[in-house]
Amino acid sequence: MTRIIVGPFNRVEGDLEVTLEVKEGVVAEAWAGSPLYRGFEQILRGKHPMDALMFAPRICGICSVSQSMAAAAALADAMGLAPAPNGRITRNLAHAVENVADHFTHFYLFFMPDFARAEYAGRAWHARAAERFRAVRGSAAAEVLPSRTAFLGAMGTLVGKWPHSLAIQPGGVARALEASEKIRLFGLLRDFRRHAETALFNDALEAVAALDSAAALARWAAERPRGDFGAFLEIADDLALARLGRGVDRFMSYGNYPQAESQFLPGGVWDGQLQALDAQAIAEDISHAWLDGETRHPARGETRPRDEKAAGYTWCKAPRLAGLPMETGALARQAVAGHPLARDLVAGEGANVRSRVVARLLEIAVILPEMERWAQQLVPGEPFCAQGELPQEGAGVGLVEAARGSLGHWLRIEGGRIANYQIVSPTTWNFSPRDADGTPGPLEQALVGTPAGEGNLAVQHVVRSFDPCMVCTVH
Amino acid sequence: MNGAQDPGFFEMKAPFNLLWLQSAGCGGCSMSLLCSGARDLIGALEAVGIRILWHPSLSEASGAEVTRIFEQCLSGEVALDALCVEGALLRGPRGTGRFHRHAGSGVPMAEWVMKLAGVARHTLAVGSCAAWGGVAAAGENHTDACGLQYEGDQPGGLLGAGWKGRGGLPVINIAGCPCHPDWITETLAALALGAFGAKDLDSLGRPRFFADHLVHHGCTRNEYYEFKASAHKPSDLGCLMENLGCKGTQAHADCNIRLWSGGGSCARGGAPCISCTEPGFEEPGHPFHETPKLAGIPIGLPTDMPKAWFVALAALSKSATPKRVRDNAVADHQVVVPPVKKTGLK
Repeated sequence: MTRIIVGPFNRVEGDLEVTLEVKEGVVAEAWAGSPLYRGFEQILRGKHPMDALMFAPRICGICSVSQSMAAAAALADAMGLAPAPNGRITRNLAHAVENVADHFTHFYLFFMPDFARAEYAGRAWHARAAERFRAVRGSAAAEVLPSRTAFLGAMGTLVGKWPHSLAIQPGGVARALEASEKIRLFGLLRDFRRHAETALFNDALEAVAALDSAAALARWAAERPRGDFGAFLEIADDLALARLGRGVDRFMSYGNYPQAESQFLPGGVWDGQLQALDAQAIAEDISHAWLDGETRHPARGETRPRDEKAAGYTWCKAPRLAGLPMETGALARQAVAGHPLARDLVAGEGANVRSRVVARLLEIAVILPEMERWAQQLVPGEPFCAQGELPQEGAGVGLVEAARGSLGHWLRIEGGRIANYQIVSPTTWNFSPRDADGTPGPLEQALVGTPAGEGNLAVQHVVRSFDPCMVCTVH
Repeated sequence: MNGAQDPGFFEMKAPFNLLWLQSAGCGGCSMSLLCSGARDLIGALEAVGIRILWHPSLSEASGAEVTRIFEQCLSGEVALDALCVEGALLRGPRGTGRFHRHAGSGVPMAEWVMKLAGVARHTLAVGSCAAWGGVAAAGENHTDACGLQYEGDQPGGLLGAGWKGRGGLPVINIAGCPCHPDWITETLAALALGAFGAKDLDSLGRPRFFADHLVHHGCTRNEYYEFKASAHKPSDLGCLMENLGCKGTQAHADCNIRLWSGGGSCARGGAPCISCTEPGFEEPGHPFHETPKLAGIPIGLPTDMPKAWFVALAALSKSATPKRVRDNAVADHQVVVPPVKKTGLK
């Protein structure tokens, strides 16, 4: 047995340290450590509830709109306010731009560069991967960054700027779009579609979104001259990435993109069958976090740092749903929402490095055409922001899906001020530490059985397959 | 390069080695940097001689390889020309720095930053957290967060008030939450080209090319401002200064000249300027969406305008406000458009 500490992990957002117990070249046990504590939940106490709109996005520079959306939803819930339809659509568009840009960024800049590393020299695909995906110098980076910038350029029109916009409001957005801006927005979306349909998929988005089984995906990969998705699938097959990083295979999603009566991606729990998600069954365990207190539902949660604690190995709490660790993210979201490919992948080989990445790219193909429809539903001249009153005493919950999974904000207002504010982020779920029963978090379980040691990148692939955001994790 | 003696020519130092560390921040300044409008951001940096030794979001090197890069900089084996620090420095709890240990090495991040700043030619605070403490220092500042050379508006911070880098400059504060991608790339390019000196910094160590402007400059709501035709609620078109907390007339930045994210800005998005380039912006002492007033008059008036003049001008301009401006100010789209004059423009 040897114990190794792996870190810093770059190309994840924020700081991560993983401790591994390695036996005969394979991970026997893993501990996920989040070494940064900033304390937003402490900072927000006592502030005006609307100040959450300023602080929440600054929890994270990559999930900024998601954090704003959760804060706005929690405030709207406390106000009993329904957003103006234009405002709801504009917020969905801003949120989807961020989520799609994140998937895109993750694939090209964070995940794929590992396959360009010298450790893979000798593989049939290595020279091509190195030319295309090498960190900083690959041909993809020079292409992807301007594409991403142009796409995120929609944020100027939608919410003023990205990241960290104060335009996202409980009742909608603080900016009404004009008819010409609706056209500009539609054009930007179509332009990004072109990039996705050429470089990434080499196929129509609708054709990718229509892939309905693992077999259909395999046929598609064999038939299509390759785009970057095809390149990934070839690498994934050669390295058997589908057998790497098997998770807990219990999936949750709060659902995303509210429509007039429903959500475009409905939420729930998937473990082979669909169940409703009971948010009251969420509890955060702190037995292995450097925190004082007890296991609580986030509505009554507390955050009191205590750096000297023998059982502690991270600043991250351990959220559990009905006592169980849950995986969250694009694969979970698509499986819960009923996408046949996501469900078939999960039914076959579960959550793994390959299926997590496939689901992320699949989601780009599913959401982009929908965004084009949303943009056309905007009605310039009609209101973009409903106005409401904050109660002096009250509570609200905001549950949304960031690119990397389920994000919840729980707010309590007393005397017109924030009495408590608790945030449970996607990577808090995925990279949670052990709980009081000693049950490891999803990453900690996914790493068990992974080959590890000098020159082996498997641990890196497993970690990055979750698209972790560590600044959100502890906040 | 050519013309080393001629002030008209740049002295490009290539390679100009850049190391980027993320301390207690959100990564938003890195994300903003990646939104650079350059045709090829990394190529554009290389074109002026900048070589990225390591950046947490971009580079290949991971784990022990990263610590080795730090060690090479410290030993002088690799020349460190620019150390960019993003995020506040956490000194707590109880002065241990343990609220942020650098993953892998277990060493408090503040300690790495102090050591590396000691060997770097230039040290740059990227964003308001690294410059002043910023959002990380809000509330009770229970993590004891500070900036590299400031704690709020007080000189000091992690490195101390009198600290200077080996290149002779204090910490360069590219303030902002986040900072604009061009603020970062243009500061770095100027340094790499030998075209940046003490005179290019304002009294708070911010590059003057963006800090010598006010957010007010170029604001599309200026006609509403002139007439004090004010917004009353989010999505109104009117000026955000009187009621909705906008500090654009006081905040140093060129956000409405050099636009963001495809042509936007906070004010263009209907959001008040919260003066995120200023020290202490995170604790203004009032809710961000409300303008603090005394006897009905905003406290935060333009910094270089006598209050009595402002009040007199405001009263006069309010009485002279065209109906178009008055009505549009409280609507979310133009309800009265500028009239077309039949007599032609004079």
